[in-house]
Amino acid sequence: MRPFDLSQLSKAHDVRFAEDDPTDEKLPWPQFTVADLNFYYGSHQALKGINLIVPNKRVMAFIGPSGCGKTTLLRTLNRMNETVPGTRVEGSIRLGDKDLFSFPATRLRRVVGMVFQKPSPFPKSIFDNVAYGLRLDPAIRRNEIADRVEKSLRRAALWDEVKDKLHQSANGISGGQQQRLCIARALAVEPEVLLLDEPCSALDPISTAKIEDLLFEIKNLCTIVIVTHNMLQAARVADYVGFFLNGELIELNRAKQIFQNPENQQTQDYVTGRFG
Amino acid sequence: MSASYPPLSRKITNVVMLTLTGLCTLLVLSVLLTILGYLLWKGASSLNFDFFTKIPAPVGQSGGGVVNAIIGTLKLLTLATVIGVPIGLLGGIYLSEFASGWSAFTIRYTTDLLNGVPSVVMGIFVYTLVVVPMHHFSTLAGGVALGIMMIPIALRSTEDFLRAVPRSLREGGLALGASKSETIVTIVIPAAIYGILTGIMLDIARVAGETAPLLFTAFGNLFNSPGWLQPSASLPVIIYTYAISPYEEWHKQAWAAGFVLLSGLLVLNIISRVILARGKKISHG
Repeated sequence: MRPFDLSQLSKAHDVRFAEDDPTDEKLPWPQFTVADLNFYYGSHQALKGINLIVPNKRVMAFIGPSGCGKTTLLRTLNRMNETVPGTRVEGSIRLGDKDLFSFPATRLRRVVGMVFQKPSPFPKSIFDNVAYGLRLDPAIRRNEIADRVEKSLRRAALWDEVKDKLHQSANGISGGQQQRLCIARALAVEPEVLLLDEPCSALDPISTAKIEDLLFEIKNLCTIVIVTHNMLQAARVADYVGFFLNGELIELNRAKQIFQNPENQQTQDYVTGRFG
Repeated sequence: MSASYPPLSRKITNVVMLTLTGLCTLLVLSVLLTILGYLLWKGASSLNFDFFTKIPAPVGQSGGGVVNAIIGTLKLLTLATVIGVPIGLLGGIYLSEFASGWSAFTIRYTTDLLNGVPSVVMGIFVYTLVVVPMHHFSTLAGGVALGIMMIPIALRSTEDFLRAVPRSLREGGLALGASKSETIVTIVIPAAIYGILTGIMLDIARVAGETAPLLFTAFGNLFNSPGWLQPSASLPVIIYTYAISPYEEWHKQAWAAGFVLLSGLLVLNIISRVILARGKKISHG
């Protein structure tokens, strides 16, 4: 894997990796390289010729009106869409320097974790929720699990709130806590990437702030891709922002650039609230 | 807001509808309570210790009990559960999680048809299937008949409760790297287990009262039935034979047996409701 020039963020099909100084820390490594990606639900094309690079250990946000394809792209990155009948993918996605489709889906999803819009704790205890992913892996020793559960809950800033009720039902905690539990559950298996699909849309502002704080904490642990409808949230948490419209990637740039001086008129209209 | 809100007409409608729905509830409840009360009134004199511990007394003698029928019914229901529940359960899992298109349609359609087969036809079917080759009636044949009758409801109720598990839970499991079957076993089924158990208990309660299929299969027995390969008494059949007999003493015992059967079903129903309520409490905090 080689670092790349940031001007190539949305030109993955002819990306030229920066050769001059591979150790230059200003240049990130590509986590995902998406080239000429088309996606279909039956005959409906939801993604049209997407090219983009997701930089490693950074936060990238996808914004755009409902139905623009941002969630579809997110769910393609861990191949969650494969579980939906009648879907079809064309084009290439690389995870690091490997073909995303060369992994068994179950292994890929341990490397690329996901948190959903609606908090979805399993109807099990808080402890068992976080331990779920760990127990799937026979290589993880049973006596390690309690430690790793605690570590994940601390990372998700939930430990202090639940440490006395680890063995109570996860459905008994608040929605915001449930969502942080889902993040802890995803972090427990130490993924390289965490995909978040509108993780705060069902939460109140205080819970939202807690989750945003937590994203800052974990972004040095893993690459984060977040889909959000909340422009302010994208501005607060993201390093890079991609704007989607009708299945196309309209503009991909540094967050500051997108919100202060977008190159594209449609991006400008969207971020200033003129449509969508 | 004025004092006359809501207007009088709406108040009247409200009172009338509330009274009507209340009366209907009362009517339904009173049917059940009347039946229970009537059975108790008619059969109370026979409900004694002997009734639950002794086999029927010879005709002409008073006393005796129906322990053979009680044990027979328990054995028949156990066998039916062992035969019907695994098939219904696995079929329900397949239908909910794996079947699609024509296979789902076919399974669902045939299951519903099977559910609609008259119970007496089921009796004749098992008669030719089990009784004829074995040359005699048996608990086994009765259990097979009731077991087949249990399949459709066990299957469809399992399917319904599994389908009710939200997609978000399944995706949560898949997103952690669980395979589809791991997700089903460790998340989807546990999430639906209380509902599935309730469906099975109601299913048992439903076949417990079946008479027609047992007439051709378990037949009846005035004594305790040893093992599984002899004819066996059962509560529904004993009610039937005692009720059409010319003996006053047997009539009373038929009433009492009816009361025992109905009480048993009521208890089974209540237990299953409690299980479902507890399950809801656990999974919703």
